[in-house]
Amino acid sequence: MTSTVDSPPIRAGAGGAHGRRQHRRGWIFVAPFAIVFALTFLAPLVYAFGLSLFRDQAFFGGTVFVGLGNYAQALGDANFWAAFLRVLLFLAVQVPIMLVLALVAAFAIDSARLHAAGFFRMVIFLPYAVPGVVAVLMWGFIYGDHFGLAADLNHLLGQDAVQPLSDNWILTSIGNIVTWEFVGYNMLIFYSALKVVPPDQIEAAAIDGAGSLRTIISVKLPAIRGAIVVATIFSIIGSFQLFNEPNILRTLAPNVITTYFTPNMYAYNLSFSGQQYNYSATVAIVMGVITAIIAYAVQLRGQRKGR
Amino acid sequence: MALFRRHRAIAALALAAALATACGSPAQDTAKATGTQDSVDAALKAGGSITYWTWTPSAKAQVAAFEQEYPNVKVNLVNAGTGKDQYTKLQNAIKAGSGGPDVAQIEYQALPQFALPGSLVDLNQYGFGTFQKDYTASTWTSVTVNNALFGLPQDSGPMALFYNKEDFDKYGIAVPKTWDEYLDAAKKLHAADPTKFITSDIGDPGFTTSMIWQAGGHPFSTDGRNVKINLDDAGAQKWTKVWDQLVQGKLLSTVKGWSDDWYRALGDGSIATLVTGAWMPGVFKSSVTAGSGKWAVAPMPTYDGQPVSAENGGSTQSVLKQSSNPALAAAFVRWLNHGNGVKPFIASGGFPSTTADLNSPAFLDATDPYFGGQQVNKVLTAASGTVAKGWSYLPYQLYANSVYGDTVGKSYLNGTDIGSGLKAWQATLVDYGNQQGFTVSAG
Amino acid sequence: MSSVLRPRRSRTLTAVMALYLLYTLIPLAWLLISATKTQPDLLSTPGLSFGGVFALFDNIGQTFTYNNGIFLRWLGNTLLYVVVGAGGATVLATAAGYGLAKYRFRGRQAVFAVVLGAIAVPGTALAVPTFLLFSRLGLTDTPLAVIIPSLISPFGLYLIWVYATDAIPDEMMEAARIDGAGEIRIFLAVTLRQLAPGIVTVALFAVVATWNNYFLPLIMLSDPNWYPLTVGLNQWNAQAIGAAAQPVYNLVITGSVLTIVPLVIAFLFLQRFWQSGLTAGSVKQ
Repeated sequence: MTSTVDSPPIRAGAGGAHGRRQHRRGWIFVAPFAIVFALTFLAPLVYAFGLSLFRDQAFFGGTVFVGLGNYAQALGDANFWAAFLRVLLFLAVQVPIMLVLALVAAFAIDSARLHAAGFFRMVIFLPYAVPGVVAVLMWGFIYGDHFGLAADLNHLLGQDAVQPLSDNWILTSIGNIVTWEFVGYNMLIFYSALKVVPPDQIEAAAIDGAGSLRTIISVKLPAIRGAIVVATIFSIIGSFQLFNEPNILRTLAPNVITTYFTPNMYAYNLSFSGQQYNYSATVAIVMGVITAIIAYAVQLRGQRKGR
Repeated sequence: MALFRRHRAIAALALAAALATACGSPAQDTAKATGTQDSVDAALKAGGSITYWTWTPSAKAQVAAFEQEYPNVKVNLVNAGTGKDQYTKLQNAIKAGSGGPDVAQIEYQALPQFALPGSLVDLNQYGFGTFQKDYTASTWTSVTVNNALFGLPQDSGPMALFYNKEDFDKYGIAVPKTWDEYLDAAKKLHAADPTKFITSDIGDPGFTTSMIWQAGGHPFSTDGRNVKINLDDAGAQKWTKVWDQLVQGKLLSTVKGWSDDWYRALGDGSIATLVTGAWMPGVFKSSVTAGSGKWAVAPMPTYDGQPVSAENGGSTQSVLKQSSNPALAAAFVRWLNHGNGVKPFIASGGFPSTTADLNSPAFLDATDPYFGGQQVNKVLTAASGTVAKGWSYLPYQLYANSVYGDTVGKSYLNGTDIGSGLKAWQATLVDYGNQQGFTVSAG
Repeated sequence: MSSVLRPRRSRTLTAVMALYLLYTLIPLAWLLISATKTQPDLLSTPGLSFGGVFALFDNIGQTFTYNNGIFLRWLGNTLLYVVVGAGGATVLATAAGYGLAKYRFRGRQAVFAVVLGAIAVPGTALAVPTFLLFSRLGLTDTPLAVIIPSLISPFGLYLIWVYATDAIPDEMMEAARIDGAGEIRIFLAVTLRQLAPGIVTVALFAVVATWNNYFLPLIMLSDPNWYPLTVGLNQWNAQAIGAAAQPVYNLVITGSVLTIVPLVIAFLFLQRFWQSGLTAGSVKQ
């Protein structure tokens, strides 16, 4: 049975008043999550939306109601759209690469054809366990073109060929760090899903004479379709919200990574460097809406194919 | 005790002075409301507890000494982050109306951003205005905004030229007195050894503003709601004329300042000079151990050979309006920067802003083994006397500095002229200021 | 030719995967090697070679004692945040996922959609509204400001929802109801075991997320005594900058190693449960 992202298959349940009472009890289980969620996500979201309708002039002039003025400004903001296109490009390249690597790793580890599979699984997951500050420290060393590994490579090659923190390469360098960090996380998601593929399906394929690769393509991949779709959605959301890596890397390359390098960085700097809380909330909400639309689109598409 | 009596005398003088001023200039705005130190002294006697946010390493020793002297005052010392990190938390606390400290360390360039919206206490009401003569002119100007006093200066950063004597001797380079000579030194050094650079710079807003300052520029001026920004004035152009040659001639190291690579380069001679503030010796001594005995200090090069300098860095301690005990907080600030707190500060490597300490024979004659036995304080104190007058920062300098990399930084990156980057920076700042309620004009 | 059901170990596959392993490990190797160097050595020797002195234990000692042992305090804080936060997140996500999966009530479809929609909004810009909200509640600069937001694990919710749908037959619940058990009793006594592998996975991700939680604690906390390790390390790192600079690179690096080690141990530990859970409690169709 395949698991899809959206409505899990409806099972025949008890109907009537008795059934309704039982089913309403479902709220007991959902309530704790819902309450905390309301406090930590919904309330600030509503607050942020409220903020986005005003403009607060920090020094003179007080707070003014501007209605949708901030939204108009955001939609015409060149910095915002440049940042948006950048993360779109990033997403289009990095997410597929990362998910493919994660899939390959998951299949390899699951296939039992690997020596020391457990060791591989732990080591590949390890980067996800490394905090962002530390990850950038390490990669900062590797990317350093004065005393770092990149510098050593340049010495070997005799010229300044490797410039990870230059304008042309910075997005790739960031993509590299993100891939390094998250392949293990996605691999674990896929691996978990693989582990619950019904063995009888695999046996059936074997009896039909399918080899490993064929089994993977015809049986296992479809079986974990749900996990792939959800991993894709979370990766898309993560890419649109790209913040941690460019923000910390910014200390190493302050001229290449601008304050509006990604939409999330833009919103952050508007808030914390410029005290422009209202416009920052606006940018965040616009970005959120776009992200949500694309996420739903992916979900619907994944769902449709599954039927 | 004697200290107390001396403060009373000063208080009396201050009262007299205040009365005299008040009668003499009625048109003066109320921001200059002067008071006496009585309430401050009373608060000290009554005792209490205050929270102090700072990142200076000497703070621990200072707080310990203060609590020993005033046992009924408890100081809660918190390191809430360095520079920008702390300012973010401060802004958040101010916006929320609570959660901030009583006393906070604030760098000079950041002070207007907190003072102007009214988040800080005007210390004139405690009569601290009488301390003006005890500080250098430039640091006193740095703590006054619109005739109100928002802190007592802690350290100062008059700029000087720190140079690697070993490098200079090795390649036969004379210590430059003018910027043209500096340019020549840069070329000579880099030609002799391509791994060495005269200095490193990938664009730094503090450095840029200080250099424009030294060149006689006055890019920022504020008058109430009106702000004028001109990053293309004579001073700026003077500086960019020289610095463009360094940037475009690829004579500058691209190591990022304050990174571990930078410390490394200072130690091994690949960065031969630093044009920076007088607090640098402390950093050299604690963090560039490999450079010991190799460096020396000289006056900052100038455009026409006449001595002139600028300030770079330095901070004050201010009292927040949301403090529940501002008088006690002010007492602490007074002790810190005008009382017994100054000595521990200097002992930990800080460079003072009090004229008495700057000119004391012990201070001036001190030889520094790190700098080959040179009496570095002589050079640095002299520099503090030559700081160009009339400089002011923007009311939103912190924001300005945060977007420097987006604009001027790009010029450094692309090797285009710095002037065009400055123009882009100016445009962003004009926009921002207008959005924040100022009336900003360019030029 | 190896069959699908009884495959033979492949050396080529292992070799290819080993390349990826190398890619994963080089930065970590740098970290470990650097942790054995003194600060002067860090600033003067090449990255992947050892320094003159083997200073690992020295560094560890210094890390634990610097600044009156604040690192240990940070470690304690992080443990608190993880146990309560990740533990709580697992409980909340498990209960909610179970509720969504096994009960049909109004608004159930909407719940996951709303959760997904809310996390689509960049968290950094929600930081200030959250801060102001928590400040109004008097929660800022307290452990609760860190713990409460970390109680929400959207991925955990989804995972348990799917798991519960597949792993818990309605019949089992019906039988228990007929026996007179209340809903909560059914949840605890009957179905929790079925969900075990899923719960362990959620716990693992929640532990990692709360252990590495950085941004919101940075905003919420101003007193270093409540910092988690990530924020504390960042503060040590920033000490290298500016007029009062006191770089402690060797402590930042050693501290980083010490921050990663507990997670590795936790992973090894949780992995055991998970392994056995997956094979034993496999999905019954």
